[in-house]
Amino acid sequence: MISGRTLAQGAWCESKMCDDFTKAASLCFLSEGDFKALNLSGGRNVLVKSAYGRVVMAPRIDKGLPPGMIFMAMGPWANSLVGPDTGGCGTPQFKGIEVDLEPTDEPVMDVRSMFTNLRGAKT
Amino acid sequence: MSGQEMKTRVEEDVLCSFCGCLCDDLVVEIEGNKVKNVRHACRLGASKLMGHERIRTPMIRKNGKLEEVSYQEAYDRAAQILVNAKRPLLYGWASTVCEAQKKGILLTEMVGGILDSTATVCHGPSILGIEERGLSGATLGQIKNRADLIVFWGCNPAEAHPKHGLRYSTNVCGFFTPEGRKGRKVLVVDVRQTRTAKNADKFIMIATGSDFEVLSALRMFVAGKGEFVPEKVGGVPKEELFEAADMMKAAKFGAFFFGLGITHSRGRSKNVGNALALIAELNAHTKFVVMPMRGHYNVAGIGQVAAWETGFPMSIDFSRGTAYFNPGETAACDVLSREDTDAVMVVASDPASNFPRGIVENLAKVPVIQIDPYENPTTLLAEVVIPSAIAGVECEGTAYRMDGLALRMKKLVNSPHPSDEGVLNGIIESVKKLRGTEAEAKAPNEASA
Repeated sequence: MISGRTLAQGAWCESKMCDDFTKAASLCFLSEGDFKALNLSGGRNVLVKSAYGRVVMAPRIDKGLPPGMIFMAMGPWANSLVGPDTGGCGTPQFKGIEVDLEPTDEPVMDVRSMFTNLRGAKT
Repeated sequence: MSGQEMKTRVEEDVLCSFCGCLCDDLVVEIEGNKVKNVRHACRLGASKLMGHERIRTPMIRKNGKLEEVSYQEAYDRAAQILVNAKRPLLYGWASTVCEAQKKGILLTEMVGGILDSTATVCHGPSILGIEERGLSGATLGQIKNRADLIVFWGCNPAEAHPKHGLRYSTNVCGFFTPEGRKGRKVLVVDVRQTRTAKNADKFIMIATGSDFEVLSALRMFVAGKGEFVPEKVGGVPKEELFEAADMMKAAKFGAFFFGLGITHSRGRSKNVGNALALIAELNAHTKFVVMPMRGHYNVAGIGQVAAWETGFPMSIDFSRGTAYFNPGETAACDVLSREDTDAVMVVASDPASNFPRGIVENLAKVPVIQIDPYENPTTLLAEVVIPSAIAGVECEGTAYRMDGLALRMKKLVNSPHPSDEGVLNGIIESVKKLRGTEAEAKAPNEASA
């Protein structure tokens, strides 16, 4: 898995609490072959799991991706899968993370829901 | 006053406060005290300048809920949190102007905290690589006017810096490059075929995490030792890499731009070091320059201001009473993942969105002070929220473009909120007041002792 900027994510990144940001940043892009192999057509979501976490995202085809690679817009959804280790240089490894994918009927969490539990833990 | 009666004015040569391109050719139409239209901006810049939903008043969390307070109450509470903390982290700084960054460094030193910028989740590894290897640099103006080969490695300006090609690199017409795109070659190296790759003369798709190896192979070709390169490197046939190296050596003036594709993947700062070594070696054959594609509009500025104020560009720990720099130990993600900070102040940034989830969980365990014009996920974790004016729209200041050029941001409209610098001044005064009160309270005891 790699993550990075997309135009839509960037356009809404100063307005993160709105639905448009959730729609732009909770996308998981796959190659056409992987999309079909996982049987993701028909509006199903995809559950992505790494050694550090899990997240449900809305799948999309990106013909520029090679098989076996997924791309995610940067943001809280993609970062659910990133580990804390900074490799001695202060920067986590946001790209090149091994993940497993499976189709799911679970919904994509909106941005507020992603953080509600954390705030609950604090108060 | 009706819409027709409202006075409309046009501001030209406005700087964009989104990405490190810091485009200075925007035309902004202002009606009354509101930005009505933005011309010449990309989608990212137009979205920022047109404005979004704002945080309206300062707030303090009471019984789990954020409640409105005065600015002074918010400053006092923020100062209390910072003064009571043993090792506060003051983080962000990339989307504000240098004047605010300077105050942030002063405040961090006063409270014996750690100052870190968003560079540490972005081009921090580039800074470390540059410190190790040195950088053959140029301004974007020089590149526009001279470069006949543009290399984009692990970056996608078509989506992250949309006007880069039109103003500075691939498509712009310059003094010695009058033909624009027709007179230039474009080489793109990435792990996926991005929108940027579609504009390339040559696109090389490498395997994820193989940047270091591919850069090493190119260095071998440039050094004339191609016979030692294996048949495939990073999934790329040797012949293709030979052609790429030849293309680079054949340029009269090459410009190599790199992005998070190499700073966020396996190798991180070492990838950058290897890229810089390749460029240094290319300079034995031709003129070649290299530049990181900086993300936030003034992330280069915090590096500059921190370097001249403290000697270090980021991840600066003042808890020993003097500036100490050791990313891997003192970067924001390091101290949060070790739970080695007991309060965090976030300025013009959103670590709740941009840090790995496990680190955000630790951020949620400590008091967070947020200074920002906009609500974002960090607001949901904050104890104190202080809204500020948008730099470059509602207040002026200095910002550094990705090539290190300092430019002056304009004030376009009035704001009901103070600038980031004003907010930081307010907190600094509250810290002084609190320290004075503490000293006064302590003095009689000392006298009696």
